[in-house]
Amino acid sequence: MDWALAIQNLISPPVLFFALGLVAALARSDLSIPEAIAKALSLYLMLAIGFKGGVAASENGLTVDLLLVIGAAGLLSASIPILAFWLLRTTTRVSQIDAAAIAAHYGSISIVTFIAGTAALDAAGIAFPGIMVAAAAAMEAPAIAIALFLAHRGQAGTPQTPKAPWREVALNGSIVLLIGAFIIGMVTGQKGYSDIEPFIADPFKGVLCLFLLDMGLVAGRELRQVRKTLTPALLAFGLYMPPIAGVIGGVTGALIGLPDGGIALLAILSGSASYIAVPAAMRLALPQAKPALYLTLSLAITFPFNLTIGIPFYIALAGWLS
Amino acid sequence: MTQTYPKKRLSIIIEAPFLNRLLDLLDGLDVPGYTALPALAGRGKSRSWRRDALSSDAGRMVQVLIVLDQGKVPAVLQEIRKVLDQQIGIVTLSDVEVLRPELF
Repeated sequence: MDWALAIQNLISPPVLFFALGLVAALARSDLSIPEAIAKALSLYLMLAIGFKGGVAASENGLTVDLLLVIGAAGLLSASIPILAFWLLRTTTRVSQIDAAAIAAHYGSISIVTFIAGTAALDAAGIAFPGIMVAAAAAMEAPAIAIALFLAHRGQAGTPQTPKAPWREVALNGSIVLLIGAFIIGMVTGQKGYSDIEPFIADPFKGVLCLFLLDMGLVAGRELRQVRKTLTPALLAFGLYMPPIAGVIGGVTGALIGLPDGGIALLAILSGSASYIAVPAAMRLALPQAKPALYLTLSLAITFPFNLTIGIPFYIALAGWLS
Repeated sequence: MTQTYPKKRLSIIIEAPFLNRLLDLLDGLDVPGYTALPALAGRGKSRSWRRDALSSDAGRMVQVLIVLDQGKVPAVLQEIRKVLDQQIGIVTLSDVEVLRPELF
């Protein structure tokens, strides 16, 4: 690993603000970000990252590359849960349903980790293709579909399951805004970017810091539950699964010919785990699965791991692979 | 003394991700109205939770209140049971008095 890059990431303002939130929550400070403000910050970040991705993609047009990236991302999102499910069933004692629900989280992505990854790449001066935003959007539904299949695989008869949450997943607010902003960015191009640049470019890092402070608070509160909810084997899974999936994503990115930044972002997406969209989808589709397990794992273990150690590792990995 | 009238109050505490499905169901049933309220914190079988400590709707709970006539209760409960059977939540039915019975 490039240690200079790792240290630069660890002492970057976004990561330090995340650490501040984490420590404050663990110390039971009453520091909190109002829910509506946290929601507005996340909407801003989705809009900015989607729009900037669209503008970057507009310079190349809708090429085969875009379809290739979306196809590869979809394939990763469908295959990573199978590996995660197998590892969980082999190394832990979680039930089939719980293993499938956790696997869905690891096949899907954390858009906040993705955004933090783009900020780390910017800081390191590594360019990345705008179409990676489309990859992020394509990595939600396949993981959920595979997880539902895994949850009921081998069960006799037709299981009594609630209606699959396809409408909720497809129209998930984050995805709608991300894709919508991407399309607007593609349509308006560089001219549109110049028009709103002071809004979406300059405040971006500051907003990311505030948002990650909130995520640190949320992750810290979740971390307090770890001892009650996670066994050592599950905790270990939350730490070894991200680099395994990240390497698979990175190799896939190299195989389809992505540049350094693209490989790193596909590794970051593959190594990240959802803690916003998929938990809600799992409550609808697999209500028997224990939310304490998948929420604590993805939010309190994998997210901080990726933010601090994972992102520099994936960036270094991209350097080795390209 | 002001005259009041007996009605039933149905309280459904349900996970927030399920709220829209429940409301869609209630919109198709013969209920005079409902009110949905967010819960701030709680404790269930597995652990306690605080609204500000959750990253998404998963884990949050909401309460839906319905005041209705006794005669409508069995049919509404039957439909609600069909969709809530596997969800985390609590359904309670209690007696209440209302001032304006024509609303229910």
